[in-house]
Amino acid sequence: MTEPTQTDQPAIEFEDLTLILGGRTILDGLNLSIPQGQVTALMGPSGAGKTTLLKLITGQLKPDKGRVVVNGVVVNELNSKALNQFRKNVGVLLQNGALFTDLTVFDNIALPLREHTDLDESLIRRVVLLKLHTVGLRGAAKLYPRELSGGMNRRIAMARAMALDPGLMLYDEPFAGLDPISMGISLRLIRQVNEALGMTSIVVTHDVHEVTKLAHLACIIANGHLIASASPHDLAESEEPLVRQFMQGLPDGPVAFHYPAKSLSDDLLGQGEQHA
Amino acid sequence: MLSGLREMGRAVLFLGQAISRMRLTKLQVGETLRQIYYAGARSLVIIVTCGFFVGLVLTLQTYDTLTRFGAADAASTVLALSLFRELGPVLTAILFAGRAGTSITAEIGLMRATEQLDALDLMAIDPMERIVQPRLIAGLIAVPALVVIFNMMALLGGVFFAVFVMGNDPVSFWGNMQNSVEFGRDFLHGLGKSVGFGFLAAWLAVYFGWSAKATSEGVALATTQTVIATAISVLILDFVLSAFML
Repeated sequence: MTEPTQTDQPAIEFEDLTLILGGRTILDGLNLSIPQGQVTALMGPSGAGKTTLLKLITGQLKPDKGRVVVNGVVVNELNSKALNQFRKNVGVLLQNGALFTDLTVFDNIALPLREHTDLDESLIRRVVLLKLHTVGLRGAAKLYPRELSGGMNRRIAMARAMALDPGLMLYDEPFAGLDPISMGISLRLIRQVNEALGMTSIVVTHDVHEVTKLAHLACIIANGHLIASASPHDLAESEEPLVRQFMQGLPDGPVAFHYPAKSLSDDLLGQGEQHA
Repeated sequence: MLSGLREMGRAVLFLGQAISRMRLTKLQVGETLRQIYYAGARSLVIIVTCGFFVGLVLTLQTYDTLTRFGAADAASTVLALSLFRELGPVLTAILFAGRAGTSITAEIGLMRATEQLDALDLMAIDPMERIVQPRLIAGLIAVPALVVIFNMMALLGGVFFAVFVMGNDPVSFWGNMQNSVEFGRDFLHGLGKSVGFGFLAAWLAVYFGWSAKATSEGVALATTQTVIATAISVLILDFVLSAFML
């Protein structure tokens, strides 16, 4: 694994971040620094707030307390115009790709270029074909997303997210539901793009095995806090119970297997039936 | 009652946002033309078919009733006046809601459910500008055009029944109609109404799609709401506009 170039200033800082949604505390005074130019994996049990962190970075959500600082810019204090300007430098790969089904693959990728640049159509065509070539789908430019597999759609969405050459790429569950070949391709692409373009990448994933091949830094979030932040190799050897449970996929531990309920004997031997 | 008022308030705020963020760019014009095709041209089959049969049955009923009073000659006048003033704009708007309105609602609702609206937002592209505004303008343009086509087909249906089935003189059929129908008071007032109905139908369709819950039940409920809300509000608006225009 080649070591990326780093600068002293972190790419992203979450400072004392608290977020309450629907009466539930999702993040509770979370502090985390994400370094420049690296691939950072955000991991944790379902519902731990990983995707929420991505939404805080993009300004889709605002924290109840604390700050989200991206390259020196306090995102949660931006007005809508400044936020739009900021978002042009952030590429986001959403969980299901979110491609526009009424547009061809080519037009999907050309959309941000047509909206935000003054490039003429011949230049746009070249940029789009180059982006598609990067993800190996130049030959699919004229097809519609419905004519391609889920894995291919994810790669096209990645090409669209990179269309404006952002400095920061966010990936929300990029490997979910992919077959091993597509997963391998996506993994390699994320690393290659990160290194070739010198961007900072954040990957939300559950896939512990893939994280070791992909990320320079892995962070585990649970119960609204940062539980651990280290290289994937160090995390794999950690003795901390929650980290161990997560990295080894153990069914029980600090994160309970069972949803909170009364005892099994109460439920089965009659007392629970009256209330069921 | 209160929830209905709240929903209305939200719909008005939504419309205010859509209008205040209106921007005319080359991309917007292209997208609006595309939406006029989807909402307008693709509604032609239902409009043409329904228009013809409405004209046919209206003439049949009017002819039968007026014959009892010895006023069968006035059938073409009654047909034209009812079409231009009321039936054309109202029925077209309701048919538009059923055909294009539901499709707009379902499309936007599914875009919400599949995160396409979020994707636009994240690419710093305003979904109001890209999705809502072209469809609003498309409704505003498509419905009056469809009303003219509906009226034309209904008149054809009327002519077919009166002239070819009942054997009436086509010259007196058209002559009576031309003598009694005023271009401004009857035709243009009806067309004016259709602009209002088109805007209302498109507004409700995009609003219910925009506010649909991101589930299959949510989208299904939103499409139903579009049809019901459009039918009721078109009839209410029709009464209000008629009261002012007459």
